[in-house]
Amino acid sequence: MLAPILDPLGYDFFLRALVASAMVGLVCAVVGTYMVLRGYAFMGDALSHAAFPGVVVAYLLKGPFYIGAAVASVATALAIGWVTRHGRLRGDTVIGVLFAGMFALGVFLFSLIPNYVGDLFGFLFGEVLGIGIGDLVALVILATAVLAVIALFWNELLYSSFDPLGAAASGLPVARLDYLFLALIAVTIVVSLQAVGIILVVAMLVTPAATAQLLARSFGRLLLIAALIGVAAPVAGLYLSFWANSASGATIVLVETGLFIIALIAGPQGALRSRASATSQGA
Amino acid sequence: MSGSLATATDAAIGPAVKVADVSAGYDHRPALENVSLEIPRGALVAIFGPNGGGKSTLLKLIAHALEPWRGTIEVLGAPAGEQARRIAYVTQAELVDWSFPVSVWDVAMMGRYPALGLLRRPGARDREAVESALEQVGMTDHRHTQIGALSGGQRRRAFLARAIAADPELYLLDEPVTGVDVATQEDLMELLRLETQRGRTVISTTHDLAAAAEHFTTVVALNRRVIAVGRSDLVLDPDVLSRTYGGHLLVLGSHAVVMDDAHHHDAPMGGEQHYHEEREHR
Repeated sequence: MLAPILDPLGYDFFLRALVASAMVGLVCAVVGTYMVLRGYAFMGDALSHAAFPGVVVAYLLKGPFYIGAAVASVATALAIGWVTRHGRLRGDTVIGVLFAGMFALGVFLFSLIPNYVGDLFGFLFGEVLGIGIGDLVALVILATAVLAVIALFWNELLYSSFDPLGAAASGLPVARLDYLFLALIAVTIVVSLQAVGIILVVAMLVTPAATAQLLARSFGRLLLIAALIGVAAPVAGLYLSFWANSASGATIVLVETGLFIIALIAGPQGALRSRASATSQGA
Repeated sequence: MSGSLATATDAAIGPAVKVADVSAGYDHRPALENVSLEIPRGALVAIFGPNGGGKSTLLKLIAHALEPWRGTIEVLGAPAGEQARRIAYVTQAELVDWSFPVSVWDVAMMGRYPALGLLRRPGARDREAVESALEQVGMTDHRHTQIGALSGGQRRRAFLARAIAADPELYLLDEPVTGVDVATQEDLMELLRLETQRGRTVISTTHDLAAAAEHFTTVVALNRRVIAVGRSDLVLDPDVLSRTYGGHLLVLGSHAVVMDDAHHHDAPMGGEQHYHEEREHR
């Protein structure tokens, strides 16, 4: 009866993938909660695509992919922050330009590689079942570091996300906190690349928090629900992909999307509830 | 010896804010030109003037949220920004995302955050300060309410609670009485008046001429430049008003009517978000 649950746990690769994707889901959900509150969803998409040229260059130089991804992603994050602050363009315009430009650079470099390269497709769509023990250790350390930094700057991040002007006037270093947060997003994306890939990581960041927003009115509860979804969805998704023999990253994202749709329809402000209350008011 | 004593005394009684020949703006569009202004400690000041006249810009300069192009700004005896923890800022309602998942209590507690260090959780003293601030603004019963569920007046009370909880030397308020019911206006102004009696300084912008005349002891008429500064009953004469508002002022007998559009803020800073859909018209 429990065999479908327990059997996969007999495989080391499945256990490693389970730990990796749950950790990725957790750190993405926590960082994503702040992103959703700040309206940074598009920024997340941009920074993940911006990592692509870094990954390709790292591949060409035979270096570790996460160094390449981190350099490209953090540099793009800081560039977006700087141009938005000092330029005359709106933030989403700057993001759109740099996002597409960096991804095009990645595709360009990729097209120069003479032979088909399977590994790089893994970075686009995720390949968590192939994660080695070394990458898993690096992932857990980086994810823990991101969570520790957020815990350290908890109050400051909350205040400067809610009311940057009031926070700055009262002495919080809001500009530096903005850059710190952008760097945290970039590191989170690098941590997540192997699990879900460049194209899908934005869903890991945004969807749990978006779902939680439909269910919670307080910040603590929002974060708790997002974190629960962030951990539970990868576990469920990984089992589903094991049974159905489907792509793991895409399956995980589909589980999160499914939860979002359920919350949208059946949540406190969902279509089901509002129709029910409309009926009771009509009666 | 006596020299250093005199310096210490000067610092204690020196002006709360000293703006000297300041020009500032956004991109390359000037919002303020050659503004000089001294605001003594304990003053209850309204900065008023037309839209785009630079009211919010001046407030942001004092709050060090904006750098001037030229000139110097001293706040509480030091260059702007250095005494930030002794300043509380009440943000214009239009710039606040009211759907943000925080309660009235959370907002008031934010007033305590700048003084808390990293990793420190609010302690008993912080909770007492928040408790007392909520009581002063009459929001104790709404402490657990998410801010989006509040009326316009209650939202302003919550933000004033945040300012009071910070126990500041200087209050900066951007349009605190705009779109707020009369009872809230009276309560807020009474609280601010009491704060100035304790030696605290209050500087507020308002496009509401009646509020400026009725509630504030000192007014600054601003339209890119300082048109006039002084006691509200002396400054608010038809001549100053017509120079402040230009063509937007109608003088009907002894009554001045300001013809101003409804969208009353300066040009937004880069990255600033406005939440018009949440505006209350009460």
